[in-house]
Amino acid sequence: MSPRILFSTTRRVLTQLRHDKRTLALVVLVPVVLLTLVYYLFEKQPGVFNEIGLIMLGLFPFAIMFLITSIAMLRERTSGTLERLLTTPLNKPDLLFGYGLSFGLVAAVQAGVATGLAYWAFNLSTAGTTGLVIVFAVADAILGVALGLFFSAFARTEFQAVQFMPLVVFPQIFLCGLFAPRDQMAGWMQALSKVMPLTYAVQGLQEVGAHVDPTPLMWRDLIIVVGCIVLALSFAAATLRRRTD
Amino acid sequence: MDVAIEVRDLVVVRGHKEVLHGIGTSVATGGVTGLLGPSGSGKTTLMRAIVGVQKVRSGSVTVLGQPAGSAALRSRIGYLTQAPSVYADMTVRENVRYFASLYKGVTRADADRAIADVGLSDAANQMVGSLSGGQFSRASLACALVGRPDVLILDEPTVGLDPVLREELWRKFRELAASGVTLLVSSHVMDEAGRCDRLILIREGRIIADDTVDAVRRAADTHDLDEAFLRLIRAQEPVEVAS
Repeated sequence: MSPRILFSTTRRVLTQLRHDKRTLALVVLVPVVLLTLVYYLFEKQPGVFNEIGLIMLGLFPFAIMFLITSIAMLRERTSGTLERLLTTPLNKPDLLFGYGLSFGLVAAVQAGVATGLAYWAFNLSTAGTTGLVIVFAVADAILGVALGLFFSAFARTEFQAVQFMPLVVFPQIFLCGLFAPRDQMAGWMQALSKVMPLTYAVQGLQEVGAHVDPTPLMWRDLIIVVGCIVLALSFAAATLRRRTD
Repeated sequence: MDVAIEVRDLVVVRGHKEVLHGIGTSVATGGVTGLLGPSGSGKTTLMRAIVGVQKVRSGSVTVLGQPAGSAALRSRIGYLTQAPSVYADMTVRENVRYFASLYKGVTRADADRAIADVGLSDAANQMVGSLSGGQFSRASLACALVGRPDVLILDEPTVGLDPVLREELWRKFRELAASGVTLLVSSHVMDEAGRCDRLILIREGRIIADDTVDAVRRAADTHDLDEAFLRLIRAQEPVEVAS
């Protein structure tokens, strides 16, 4: 990996986004709109938004970033720029971590705005600090980026890529403990939820919500999420082939 | 070093079809070699093998003394794909600067020079997606030139360009060749063949002529390269001769 190429690739992806103002606006506004809906949905039930809204702060960036990156990587593949990049001194991690960094930066803005709205407009209250909530929201978003980069390798067309979103994202949302407590699930479902990275992202957010100080479980969750990010990016690098048919 | 590109017994299978049937050639350092043949003859496949992005069944490709595609070669080889591969959602300058940044010691000034070399200075701040087809492919060419490669593999670089621009690009190619760069340029237009030092004529995955332009003309006993190509094909037809 070369810091120079990593940095210039990060810049390049950000430049592309900068030219696409509507996508940028959507990235920031979509979670805001969805969060507003969720707030009014539970307006009459005190305390519910504190639990659900908090988890949503992690889910929305995860799902949105997964979709955006898998399409971005697919475009890189179909436009021939990927093949061309692989004939230059660029190494695969330069490209993938470049995507991770640039989209991570965008995710930080997205998470900041959504979290700010949740706290100040919708009176979200957590025992732990806002900063930690944002840390988890950004980690979730980057997890979405990393998984999106990896799964885009298995899609040849946009139609296929778009469908990986429900396939990869929805089961993780179903089993992460949002709809039903994990300890009430059947054994095999608990086992599934244990190998799904989003589970730990949600658990970490719940820890921040319930405890004033960071708990060991929260740190463990964060380490697992970061570990999954690195793992997914490395797997994604392994799926990039310099030589093709 | 004399030989820039050495291809030996190269067999490439794409899908279930053998595209290159054990071809061999060698390209000397410096100069422009034209790779000519009808569409579907295997030109692009051969170029991809030389760049090192094509899976090969058997045989070997060596560039500047190293196996094609090896890491050390990637800073010394420039590749222009047939379909322009640049980012449509960035300006010409942003594209070329990005590709410049991938090579050690290549500066922003070099990027601007590459843009000028392909005649796009006036459109440097235009989004690539809004360019005309010819401009689009020149933006792609600028990205191939910017790394100051020792070997340039150009797949149909002048397709769709007006004669004036074509003239200018060929002048640039000759200039690069004079400075020691090895160029392999594919084309299916015969009138470009005359501008090369050497020609490789390829048809249905086999090389049917591989010599200097004059030698090709002499062998076919005609000055017209179009006609020469035809005669060489006919001469090969009865028996299949590996070059």
